[in-house]
Amino acid sequence: MRVADKLVEHGLRLLALSSVATLLSITFFIVREGAPLLYDAGLANFLSADWRPLTGHYGISAMIVGSALVTGGALFIGVPLGIACALVLGEMAPQRARLLLKPTIEILAGIPSVVYGFMGIAVLLPWIRQNLGGPGASGLAGAVILGVMILPTIIAISLDALRAVPASYREASLAMGATQWQTIWRVVLPAARSGIVAAVILGVGRAVGETMAVVMVTGNAVQIPKTPLDPLRTLTANLALEMAYAAGDHRSALFATALVLLLAIVILNTIAGFIQGRYHRSHKPHSRSRAALVPASTNVENAEVVSR
Amino acid sequence: MSTRLLSPVRAQLLASVVLWSLMGLAVAILVSILIFVLARGLPHVTWGFLSQAPIESGRHGGVFPIIAGTLQVTLLGVATAMPLGIGTAIYLVEYTREGRLTRAIRFGSECLAGVPSIIFGLFGFVLFVLTLGFGWSILSGGLTLALMTLPIVIRTSEEALKAVPAAYREVALSLGASKWQAIARVVLPAALPGILTGMILALGRAVGETAALIFTAGSSLPHRAPDSLLDGTRTVSVHFYQLAREGISADNAYASAAVLVLAISLINLGSSFAMGRFMRRYS
Repeated sequence: MRVADKLVEHGLRLLALSSVATLLSITFFIVREGAPLLYDAGLANFLSADWRPLTGHYGISAMIVGSALVTGGALFIGVPLGIACALVLGEMAPQRARLLLKPTIEILAGIPSVVYGFMGIAVLLPWIRQNLGGPGASGLAGAVILGVMILPTIIAISLDALRAVPASYREASLAMGATQWQTIWRVVLPAARSGIVAAVILGVGRAVGETMAVVMVTGNAVQIPKTPLDPLRTLTANLALEMAYAAGDHRSALFATALVLLLAIVILNTIAGFIQGRYHRSHKPHSRSRAALVPASTNVENAEVVSR
Repeated sequence: MSTRLLSPVRAQLLASVVLWSLMGLAVAILVSILIFVLARGLPHVTWGFLSQAPIESGRHGGVFPIIAGTLQVTLLGVATAMPLGIGTAIYLVEYTREGRLTRAIRFGSECLAGVPSIIFGLFGFVLFVLTLGFGWSILSGGLTLALMTLPIVIRTSEEALKAVPAAYREVALSLGASKWQAIARVVLPAALPGILTGMILALGRAVGETAALIFTAGSSLPHRAPDSLLDGTRTVSVHFYQLAREGISADNAYASAAVLVLAISLINLGSSFAMGRFMRRYS
């Protein structure tokens, strides 16, 4: 029996390493495919703004700027909206309204990115073309669509940060005669601050990595846009558009682009994980009261996985 | 608000008006997306659409072989992710205390959850399609989806195992069961509904996926249901993407979108409902 038990334990440990192994092999293959270009063409070429892969120009900085711009725009829309939703759901809405609103947000999280992209093509692009001018397909369109798409991530993780604030904080504040808003603004939000920052960082990760919706609405022209109405191309769009027919150095350049993307995502996730970890440790003394208040299914990491 | 421009009572009123309207805006956006897609799509979702093969790259005809291909790719993906994810969860919950190894495993799983699907697509393309020689196939697509949904399975299985009260384990062990017997015969059956919920959730994620599949399962249009794991296929999401982007047929695009949105919403609502029930049972 003891031998069998040991065997099972070793087998399970092997399975448990599968996620780490996957992450490592993703990194390995992308570096293996992308590194030769960085070697051959050089970093200066790779970081220039000149992307003409057929003539040996592999500069991705226009795409980096494109990704940064749509992500920034998405935050401008998604962060206030997302935090407002989390505050209403977590602090203000009565139980019955919460039961109705929560599944709504869950549906929002499940809509596939191609459907968002299609909504962009069918509704947003014509609207921009008619009312604001320009070709319609633009950085602005990308920012609006992404702003809506990162909502579930920001809501779910902010909500967990709010829930982790012990009820005694609110009770003390209300008992001192503070209004609900004063309590939220001066007690709950400061206490939940790092969790909300983590939510925003993971929202950034979501926006930077989004592909299909962005391909469909941003126009994909390789240029550094001068106005929000100009088309642009993101790093992810570059991969999705050119991978199908790329060969040789061109393909290697795309993998190098993916490497930049992967690095950005891993860094963002590490920062978010670090902030969340510190945050949870700082609330440890209250973990008992928290456990009583929060159903087990709603911890931060779970929300993060599910909301994607 | 150190300056008293607003009395606390007015500030309270203003804040709730602003916050509730932002919430209303978010809900309105969602509801209008759903209504728009369903209102334009559902009228075209007929029995013929669901049961016929596509004609002229989807301009006419239906999506039957595509639905069959989607089911094969997603089920293969989830079926592969389940043993890996459940094994990981059992190891994390039942066999270890928090330490360097569990931190590494958690970090790996969380990073994996954040990796964009296009990167999974590229990885699957290099590893499964080219290096292992599976080609653009159900096998390549399914394995790629397995790695992508792994974090979801790990996380939900972990939650399900944690929800089983410690008393279950103690009673089994006190009756002379070995550790593995206690897990296999007592803990796992008790956690099963929660674990299955995670499976459904992973399925929902897999069905909506596009970027990871274009370069692994391929985007060639099948004319009959695929009958081998090495056949390439298009999934409903990929098909919808092609229809919408190439402007092939607006009606069929809306119809595919409606099928997709309806299926995924039902899957997600079902899993969230089941998870809620499961969690209540042990609290």
